[in-house]
Amino acid sequence: MTNKRIVLTFPPTLVGQPITSYLVKEHDLMLNILRANVTPNEEGRMVVELSGVKKALDEGIDYLKGLGINVEPLARDIKWHADKCTHCTACIPACPSGAMTVDRTTWDVSFNRDRCIACELCISVCPFNALEIQF
Amino acid sequence: MKTIREINEKIRNGNAVVVTAEEIIDIVAKKGIKKATREVDVVTTGTFGPMCSSSAYFNVGHTTPRIKIGGGTCTLNNVPCYTGLAAVDILLGATAMPDSDPRNSVYPGEFRYGGAHVIEELVAGKSVRLQAEAYGTDCYPRASLDTHIELRDMNEAVLFNPRNCYQNYNVAVNLSDKIIYTYMGTLRPRMGNANYSSAGQLSPLMNDPLYKTIGIGTRIFLGGGVGHVVWQGTQHNPCVARLENGVPRFPAGTLAVMGDLKQMSSRWLKGASFTGYGVTLTVGIGIPIPLLNEEITAHAAVRDDQIVAQIVDYSEKYPQCIAGSLGEVTYAELKTGSITVQGKKVPTGGISSYKRAREIAAELKTWIQDKKFLLAEPVAPLPSADSGVKCRPLNERPVKKKK
Repeated sequence: MTNKRIVLTFPPTLVGQPITSYLVKEHDLMLNILRANVTPNEEGRMVVELSGVKKALDEGIDYLKGLGINVEPLARDIKWHADKCTHCTACIPACPSGAMTVDRTTWDVSFNRDRCIACELCISVCPFNALEIQF
Repeated sequence: MKTIREINEKIRNGNAVVVTAEEIIDIVAKKGIKKATREVDVVTTGTFGPMCSSSAYFNVGHTTPRIKIGGGTCTLNNVPCYTGLAAVDILLGATAMPDSDPRNSVYPGEFRYGGAHVIEELVAGKSVRLQAEAYGTDCYPRASLDTHIELRDMNEAVLFNPRNCYQNYNVAVNLSDKIIYTYMGTLRPRMGNANYSSAGQLSPLMNDPLYKTIGIGTRIFLGGGVGHVVWQGTQHNPCVARLENGVPRFPAGTLAVMGDLKQMSSRWLKGASFTGYGVTLTVGIGIPIPLLNEEITAHAAVRDDQIVAQIVDYSEKYPQCIAGSLGEVTYAELKTGSITVQGKKVPTGGISSYKRAREIAAELKTWIQDKKFLLAEPVAPLPSADSGVKCRPLNERPVKKKK
């Protein structure tokens, strides 16, 4: 089993189609929608975690790309600038997924990419602009 | 009993014993107050947090022909400076921002750039744009100026902060149903988070709660350079209720500090943007406490579980100036990551950096050990708990509009 967190951006023409269920049924992938912003007649955006065997994952992603969906790894979505962080911990209660953590002995704040669901709640909370959305 | 003079002699000889405000806790616990006072000479403290009442003033040097910026207008990187001083003296406030900034008209405002960021950039050695308009006089005929300028070009560049280093602060929560944006950070509805802002056991005025050693003239670590306490800060409020150990239960003392900006570092002076609130400067301050007697040692050994703060609602109580606390918590509790308020578990976040406060205390300790920093004897004490000094609200006497 392989896990992959990806950001899907799909054109207005595809918003009405049940693409995610096709991924489950035809490609035998487990799918966890972390965030979605899908409105009729507008560009849709979805952050999903796909799990399955490597081959099925690759085929599923090829299927999405074939439909004209832009597929990008989630890791590129939120960037933590360690040099700008002052380790104040303002982001800690804002982060719902435990991606921003603080070691309560050293008081080091760190960012765990694997846990980030790119909800962007941390962005406006950081006084030092240490967190950035990258498209 | 020791004197500051004796301690300075030991510093010069390289045999002063210097420890941080964290280290003294264990030393006192192991050896007792008597022995600790005998063996340790100086305790170093530190804090690194947003302090709005901060500014810098500059003498930018005279132009040819001369210009009288005083009484005119002036900006640094489009951020307006105060010009009500002499010809080429200008003052830049940390919270100032460009006239073109939309503020909160697009709510919540981002406040990405202001006076504090200009100060940070100057300290980092960057070039900024100085623009000025003047009315012209016989002795200062020039009407406008538009030039690049760096810190090294200026005759004087002085950090001057009328209120820093708050002794204790509120823990901010939001009891309302909508998100609010404050100087204590973003507060989510129905107590979604609780934000605090003090270095607690490392904080300078928590370690000398009755200002027995910190006074006017005290030499300090300021923004990575050397500065001084020059007065009590604005809103200095020493007569609030205190615990038996002298620690104020509410925001109390404050310090006015100044120092040579040219010696400072952008690591310890950072522009900060509080969404929906504004721009402020995060300042690093470290103050040495000479252990002159056992009372001072006992105070300096204070721990997070012996310091309390009030939980205050910032949706209604704070903006409307309604007194009242939702409860009292210790910094030890705040630092676990959550507190319980009215039966609800609320995650906590810091606004001041404990990690950086610790680094400052360690840095100041090294300076003293390396004989680079001597203690200064205060020339006058700060008003303390017995002074009767109180911070009062404005007594508003509205002016009637003429018909």
